[in-house]
Amino acid sequence: MNETPKLNSFKAGPDEDGRFGIFGGRFVAETLMPLILDLQNEWSKAKNDPAFQAELQHLNTHYTGRPSPLYFAERLTQELGGAKVYFKRDELNHTGSHKINNCLGQILLAKRMGKTRIIAETGAGQHGVASATVAARFGLPCVVYMGATDVERQAPNVFRMKLLGAEVKPVTAGHGTLKDAMNEALRDWVTNVDDTYYMIGTAAGPHPYPEMVRDFQSVIGHEVRDQMMAAEGRLPDMLIAAVGGGSNAIGLFHPFLDDDSVKIVGVEAGGKGLDGDEHCASLTAGSPGVLHGNRTYLLQDRDGQIKEGHSISAGLDYPGIGPEHSWLKDAGRVEYVPIMDHEALEAFQFLTRLEGIIPALEPSHALAEVMKRAPKMDKDQIIVMNLCGRGDKDIFTVGKLLGMGL
Amino acid sequence: MDKRFADLANEGRPALVTYFMGGDPDFETSLAIMKSLPLAGSDVIELGMPFSDPMADGPAIQLAGQRALKAGQTLEKTLELARRFRADDKDTPIVLMGYYNPIYIYGVDRFIENALEAGIDGLIVVDLPPEMDDELCIPALAKGLNFIRLATPTTDDKRLPKVLENTSGFVYYVSMNGITGSALPDPSLIGGAVQRIKTHTTLPVCVGFGVKTAEHARAIGASADGVVVGTAIVNQIASSLTEDGQSTGATVPGVEALVRGLSAGVRGSRLAAAE
Repeated sequence: MNETPKLNSFKAGPDEDGRFGIFGGRFVAETLMPLILDLQNEWSKAKNDPAFQAELQHLNTHYTGRPSPLYFAERLTQELGGAKVYFKRDELNHTGSHKINNCLGQILLAKRMGKTRIIAETGAGQHGVASATVAARFGLPCVVYMGATDVERQAPNVFRMKLLGAEVKPVTAGHGTLKDAMNEALRDWVTNVDDTYYMIGTAAGPHPYPEMVRDFQSVIGHEVRDQMMAAEGRLPDMLIAAVGGGSNAIGLFHPFLDDDSVKIVGVEAGGKGLDGDEHCASLTAGSPGVLHGNRTYLLQDRDGQIKEGHSISAGLDYPGIGPEHSWLKDAGRVEYVPIMDHEALEAFQFLTRLEGIIPALEPSHALAEVMKRAPKMDKDQIIVMNLCGRGDKDIFTVGKLLGMGL
Repeated sequence: MDKRFADLANEGRPALVTYFMGGDPDFETSLAIMKSLPLAGSDVIELGMPFSDPMADGPAIQLAGQRALKAGQTLEKTLELARRFRADDKDTPIVLMGYYNPIYIYGVDRFIENALEAGIDGLIVVDLPPEMDDELCIPALAKGLNFIRLATPTTDDKRLPKVLENTSGFVYYVSMNGITGSALPDPSLIGGAVQRIKTHTTLPVCVGFGVKTAEHARAIGASADGVVVGTAIVNQIASSLTEDGQSTGATVPGVEALVRGLSAGVRGSRLAAAE
């Protein structure tokens, strides 16, 4: 986190105004501006404070269960017949996904800032559950905004949040998905600036969120480096991760950005195909615009109105993307590709049967890309995929799609 | 715009600033509404540019934006609305209000040029704080288009100079931390806030967010240079529509009647304050 980047490094961003090239920035209402400056100030102090880092590390180890294993998927590798496939098992974390990494860091910051109320937005509900969890752990009230469509398709997570003591507020605007939840969370924040901390779940939003969330999630990539050196004595040849907002992906990618030998692939939700509007491939099929506090690739029409998008996976159902991914795309450092709903669904079933792991639909997108690439690679090559969430929350959605009653 | 505020100051009364959403419920009705505003006593017009994701707006203005977009409103058409209005009314200042993305996609330079041609006097862009002045504010000011900034209760004395630095036309004081259409806070607190801003600037200070009735307008107008009414007008329009959102014979007259009342409130405010 504190290593000095090389000249011409891909790790140098953002600048002091929160820019990654033309992307990022602070496009927020004046009401929020002083608060965002406070947060930035507090974050720059905290990240260099050994006591803060020690507390975070303690929680990561004893509360979350880090480091998560780096697992060699032997049967999958045999079946695909090419590169060795490793999974970073962040689905084994407490609460079932990588989201807890970020929430623990942010709640410690909220505490430092003297905030007494937590709000969050959620798509799949994984970030909502992680937020509700840390709020319970630190004894703070928590309100989670969730699109009404997502409330329906992620019912188990809604119940978990309620059990944890959070208030879940369904948002009916738009298609009732993550974008709408984020709008509503911002409206809450603007109304309750004095006591409320907004715990953004992905590496997007106004500066310093993209940088801060990335740094909290980079624990993933740092662990992979060490674990891969221990297992294979070298760096992997390829990293693959799903991108919705892009926090699990940037967490895996960032520590490897300056390692030229490591090819990096981000997988977007191709939905029902890129021809129409039923996808969320903002990098592949979108264009730069300004939404939710940052400039980034967005799905939008010619008038700059934001489109709704579609994905089988609630966690990827967002028409934007973290600004650093936009920059990495334009810089050519990371390749971004779409995976369709049906491919993700096949990968979901494939992994469940072959390795006895039920993945969330989000990393199932990454897995579908692994299934395309591994067979074309040599047997001595290595792919690391971020298995960033478990699929328990998705069994109802998948059951419905497969025509099985639950 | 400077002339309008100077004239009103001489008259000894605050300005009535009225907001409506361009294209709500459709282009022609919206034009008729716009034309009716000065006749009913509005001194400055804020013309809303619809956006799919208005993150600082309450439900009323969100719905108005959705109605306008559904009826086919675009930024191009919003500029056309201003152009058509200007054909008959050369004097009433028009301020475009909305979010940055449609402007960014339209192209900043082209937007500034077309806005000036259409007779626009100023811009309010909610998600462009002073930290983002290079995007639109500086190029707009360079071409003579006012850039009106929002100041809020969170804008403290330390931050105010930064907020006011590149502000022109007037300062829009947002009466509370919150979204448009919320409840109005205590007018006496607002008076203090207006005085605080006035120690930092000679620009007129207009107050908005939560002003719904002639009573509110009178109370706020006692201390402010202008009173902004938005949600109440948008709600008045919404209440006049058919179930599927079409305008009726009551749409334009309803707005006119409301604005007349507000105008009377504003005109009575300094008298009330003197009593």
